[in-house]
Amino acid sequence: MTRITIGPFNRVEGDLEVRLDVEGGRVARAEVTAPLYRGFEQILEGRPPLDALALAPRICGICSVSQSVAAAVALRHAMAIDAAPNGLLATNIAHAAENAADHLTHFYIFFMPDFAREAYAAHPWHEATRERFAATRGSASRDALPARARLLETMGIIAGKWPHSLAFQPGGTTRAIDLGERVRLFSIAAAFRSFLERIVFADTLDNVLAISTAEELDRWRDGRGGDFSHFLRLADVLSLSELGKGPGLLMSYGAYHGAEGELFPRGLFGPRAMIEPLPLAQITEDVSHAWMRDSSADPAHSTTVPDPDKASAYSWCKAPRLSGQPIEVGAIARQTVAGQPLINDLVGAGGTNVRNRVIARLIELARIALAMEQWTRALKLSEPFCNPSQAMPDGPYVGLVEAARGSLGHWMAVRDGKIERYQIIAPTTWNFSPRDSFDIGGPLEQALVGTDVGDAGPRAVAIQHIVRSFDPCMVCTAH
Amino acid sequence: MSRSDGMTNVLWLQGASCGGCTMSILESGASGWFDELRQFGINLLWHPSVSEETGEEAVEVLQSVLDGDVPLDLLLLEGSVARGPNDSGRFNMLAGTGRSVYRWMLDLAPRADYVVAVGSCAAYGGVPAAGINPTDAVGLQFEGTESGGALGAGFRSRLGLPVINIAGCAPHPGWMMETILALTAKDLSATDLDGYGRPKFIANHLAHHGCSRNEFYEFKASAETMSERGCLMEHLGCKATQAVGDCNQRSWNGGGSCTKGGYACIACTSPGFEGAQNFLETAKLAGIPVGLPTDMPKAWFVALAALSKSATPRRVRLNATADHVVVPPGRPTGKRTP
Repeated sequence: MTRITIGPFNRVEGDLEVRLDVEGGRVARAEVTAPLYRGFEQILEGRPPLDALALAPRICGICSVSQSVAAAVALRHAMAIDAAPNGLLATNIAHAAENAADHLTHFYIFFMPDFAREAYAAHPWHEATRERFAATRGSASRDALPARARLLETMGIIAGKWPHSLAFQPGGTTRAIDLGERVRLFSIAAAFRSFLERIVFADTLDNVLAISTAEELDRWRDGRGGDFSHFLRLADVLSLSELGKGPGLLMSYGAYHGAEGELFPRGLFGPRAMIEPLPLAQITEDVSHAWMRDSSADPAHSTTVPDPDKASAYSWCKAPRLSGQPIEVGAIARQTVAGQPLINDLVGAGGTNVRNRVIARLIELARIALAMEQWTRALKLSEPFCNPSQAMPDGPYVGLVEAARGSLGHWMAVRDGKIERYQIIAPTTWNFSPRDSFDIGGPLEQALVGTDVGDAGPRAVAIQHIVRSFDPCMVCTAH
Repeated sequence: MSRSDGMTNVLWLQGASCGGCTMSILESGASGWFDELRQFGINLLWHPSVSEETGEEAVEVLQSVLDGDVPLDLLLLEGSVARGPNDSGRFNMLAGTGRSVYRWMLDLAPRADYVVAVGSCAAYGGVPAAGINPTDAVGLQFEGTESGGALGAGFRSRLGLPVINIAGCAPHPGWMMETILALTAKDLSATDLDGYGRPKFIANHLAHHGCSRNEFYEFKASAETMSERGCLMEHLGCKATQAVGDCNQRSWNGGGSCTKGGYACIACTSPGFEGAQNFLETAKLAGIPVGLPTDMPKAWFVALAALSKSATPRRVRLNATADHVVVPPGRPTGKRTP
């Protein structure tokens, strides 16, 4: 058996190290390390609760709005107020813009460049893939980066700037949108839709979302241009549906809240392969393999204190569990729980894997683009965007949202007008968790086991595909 | 070391970072950031978010710079330097190398023609240094307002400059690209930096300059709660009259800025900004904001404020506490007569 270490594992958000025990060319055991700790939970303790609106977004430069909204939702519960309906809509539009920008960044900048590697040079498809997707040199970035920048102009209208805005408040958003600005939001959404239809899908979003089975997807792909089809052909040739199978349970906190509930509902894709209610009280965190001191397993009552010399530990990331089980989160979990037909068909047949995770993200992009147009239309321009804040009684409060990469929760305890405790469980805390005290690995650790690395060792490109298929956000992971 | 190819070698590393500076700079360039770098002959040796090289390949790039085999023109760090615990840097190991980012920066910085701190974390410590500063986070050459930091006050890069601090959380993509390109052209010298190492083309302005709420400021017509249109200085924590940056003379994400977005400037370009509390509330003493423009006698400010408040037009007064324009400019009654 040989032990290999892969790091710095780049083209992910933040810092990542992966260690593999390889036996007979296959991964026998994987350990995932979050090598950066900053201590946001410790930084927030003792501060006025509203300070979370300035500090929490700065946990993460790529999902800053998600962090803002999680803090704002927790504070909204603490104040027992409702947000102005316009504020919820504006939040959804900005949050969707961030999540869509993240999906684009993942596909074009982080994930696809691995297929342009020299390791694939002998394949007949390689030249075209290299020309299109090579890191920093491929033609795709000349399409994708300007499209991303244009999409993020949504933030200039709603949120002042991105990343790191204070526009997302317990009572709504800080800037009323006028008629001209609504038209500009439509124009941005239209440009985004056009980019998706021309460059990503080479078809209309309606047609893409009408695909409901794996067979229809195969037929739709044949002979089609666009980067999605490019990926689907690579996924077939390289059997990406056989790579990186997740442990099975999927979760969503529910995404894009509005007066009539959520666009993508809350739920658990459980052990019976059915959608069940999410038992939120069963969320725990285990620190047996984290450089952290023991504390309560309940995030509403635990604190974070580093223990850098702990012998059994190998990550700054705690191990979150739901009813004792590791859970996979992300677009594939969100779309499975939401009952999206194609994703249900793919997950029903093959579970989560490298191919299905990427398909789910792109299908979600199409759904988000349409929703942004609807939310923009629904704004009632003469009505308020923000309700006033109120005093906060002591108590434990929770803010749950879906970030691009999955379920994000903030558990905040307020006492005498200050933050007594603050706990954050981010999407990649779930996906890239270390082992728990039962020696059960997190979703990535399980997904890597059995992978054929052949003679390539740490340079095995299959490992690159599996890890990046989760779209990890490591800065959120340990925060 | 002389360069025959005319390219500028740039190495970008991340320390105790959120990655937001990278996310911001990826907005730069009409045909994308990578194209823009190429147009200026910049060779991105390695960047953790965008380069192909990973694992061993990436370590080889870093090692070749360390060994002097590859000349390094610009070394950029995004994120603070986490020195803890006990000066070991273990809160922020560079994955796969068994060495901390702190250690890597100490070794790499002397190799670079210029060293650039990207964002307020790398410049001064920033948000990771807030509160109890759990990781002993500092900037490359500052610890808050005190010079020193990870590299020490006396550090000078190969071309004799201190660390160049592109402050901001996150900085405007233009601040980063213009600084990088000015250095690429060797067009930025020590005299172009202010006392906190910030390029003067950014720091010679105040965030207040060009604020779209200027008329409300002039009359001290103030917003009282979030989302109102009035000036944010008197009640809602705005520090734009004290914070440097041409924030309101640029467009952020196609037209925004913090104050345009409806919330206070929290002085994210200032060392130690993270130490404040109640960011969206103005600290006051006897009813007068503590943070007044620094170069104006307080008595004059108070007198002028009282005078301008008494002269405030009804339109400005009423619009200040509304989230939409309730009284449009112009004469009280329309000119059009039947």
